[in-house]
Amino acid sequence: MLEWLETFWSTYNTLILSIGINSLLALSIALTLSCGLLSLANAAFMGIGAYAAATLTMQFNCPFELALILSILTPVCVALLIGLPTLRLSGVYLAMATLGFGEVLRVVIMNIDFIGGPMGLNGIPNLTSFWHVLAALLLVVYLLWRLKASKVGRAFVAIREDEVAAKLMGIPVMQFKLLAFSLGAGIAGLAGGLNAHFTYTIGPNSYAFENAVEILTMAVFGGANSLLGPILGGTLLTLLPEVLRGLKEYRLAVNGLVLILVVLYLPNGLWSGKSRRIKKSMTSVQG
Amino acid sequence: MLSQQLLNALSLGSVYAVFALGFTLIFGVLGVINLSHGVIFMMGSYIALQLVTLLHLPIVLALVVAAILSGLLAVVIDWLVLRPLRARNAPHLAPMIATIGVSILLTSLIQGLMGAEIRRFPSGTLPEESITWGDLHITYVQIGIMVIAIMMMVGLWLLMKKTQLGRALRAIAESPKAAALLGIPVEKLFYCTSFMAGSLGGVAGVLVGLSFNAISPFMGQPMLHKGIAVIILGGMGDIRGALIGGLFLGFAEVFSVAYLSSDFRDAIAFGLLFLILLIKPSGLFGRILERKA
Repeated sequence: MLEWLETFWSTYNTLILSIGINSLLALSIALTLSCGLLSLANAAFMGIGAYAAATLTMQFNCPFELALILSILTPVCVALLIGLPTLRLSGVYLAMATLGFGEVLRVVIMNIDFIGGPMGLNGIPNLTSFWHVLAALLLVVYLLWRLKASKVGRAFVAIREDEVAAKLMGIPVMQFKLLAFSLGAGIAGLAGGLNAHFTYTIGPNSYAFENAVEILTMAVFGGANSLLGPILGGTLLTLLPEVLRGLKEYRLAVNGLVLILVVLYLPNGLWSGKSRRIKKSMTSVQG
Repeated sequence: MLSQQLLNALSLGSVYAVFALGFTLIFGVLGVINLSHGVIFMMGSYIALQLVTLLHLPIVLALVVAAILSGLLAVVIDWLVLRPLRARNAPHLAPMIATIGVSILLTSLIQGLMGAEIRRFPSGTLPEESITWGDLHITYVQIGIMVIAIMMMVGLWLLMKKTQLGRALRAIAESPKAAALLGIPVEKLFYCTSFMAGSLGGVAGVLVGLSFNAISPFMGQPMLHKGIAVIILGGMGDIRGALIGGLFLGFAEVFSVAYLSSDFRDAIAFGLLFLILLIKPSGLFGRILERKA
């Protein structure tokens, strides 16, 4: 039994770790979406986290756990800085501005020689274990679950449903938006830090538009309104390319098709977060 | 030297403007960000390439056919993907994600069918010598690009301002509901808009394919990014804005490479976009930021 587990692990460990990382990323964007913010910067924040952690462990021999903590804090600081001006924008304008941020960041990283420039960082020590990813995932899920039921989580939903009404009810909209944005950035950064320490190499192009879209896809596919949805989406879309290996270059075409079909036919994703409890409470208010 | 840079900037900027015109038209009339505009651009240049290499059509004819076919492709995308979302009154996130899906799908299909390598128009597609005027070199491609770009821009402007169709489109841009009440066939004109936008995208694709002579399945994505920057720069949905934004981006890129450094060329578009969004989110010519009460 143990032997079987060992061979299974050595064959599939990258895949299993990727599932965890992608679930974290999908959760990070689901959090910003829950506040009604369509931000495409989460791939960039993942990159910031990855670069911060990898630089710390490689150049400064920093212990891994400390590097991980800094891979959360660095993107949070950046998010607070760029969030203040950009979060005044809404809808597609915010999406475009955050997309712009990602592109600018990519070019900036390419031109900093200290972190490898266009070559990226190579030979990052392999430090991420299964338990790190599991602990991170459990911690984030617990945090988000508590958040959802709290005053803050309900304020997020109020802002998403109607910003003007939320403001009139006395919710400090800007502060909460900034909170959702930077928390999402922190989770994405953690995912980046974990990811960098088992992929051996990272580069400026690993965190571009395509990756931002992929993260968004996972959340929307699984269902961004719940906690299980993004994990489900992250898992299935990580497994899908493996399952479709036989299709070779047409693998991505299936991804695209899945994306279209989900938006058209499952607007709330696979796991719709519209729980019965909320519906019941709505009707009880009305009746 | 300066006049040469000006000329290069003008021809690059014209291509950006043609691409962005289609993009902004869709946003102005349909009210959605159509992120498949980049792959329509890519498809346009592949269609022209196939027509020239396989059927040996002259490039001008290939350009016209490519314009029509990419217009039709845009109509099909509109009909299959955007129409159901319109009918459902889906939030603005939905069409964006769905058209990203269309982009991934078409890029991957073309990559599978045509290969990922960079393709070129066969030599002799266009006269290769250039006109020399003092120390100024103008290639026939550049002249063609500017003539076609000006023709399309003037044509679109006349269409929007002087014709009954343009008036109807502007009415829809104002309010689709009110336009429908006035008896304007809104749904039909949506397809019409998609066709025009697709054609503009396809033509831009052919022009870029000709001037850089490099066609790849992935050429749509960077162009899409630039198109986004341009229409935000000029004000979303604004035709004059797309025109000036496109030219402005062309000038900014060419002059930053010529006089600063080429390292940051790709960041110029988004650096500008970032700044504009911070200073004047409605763009240079935009009037309204959002319609929400």
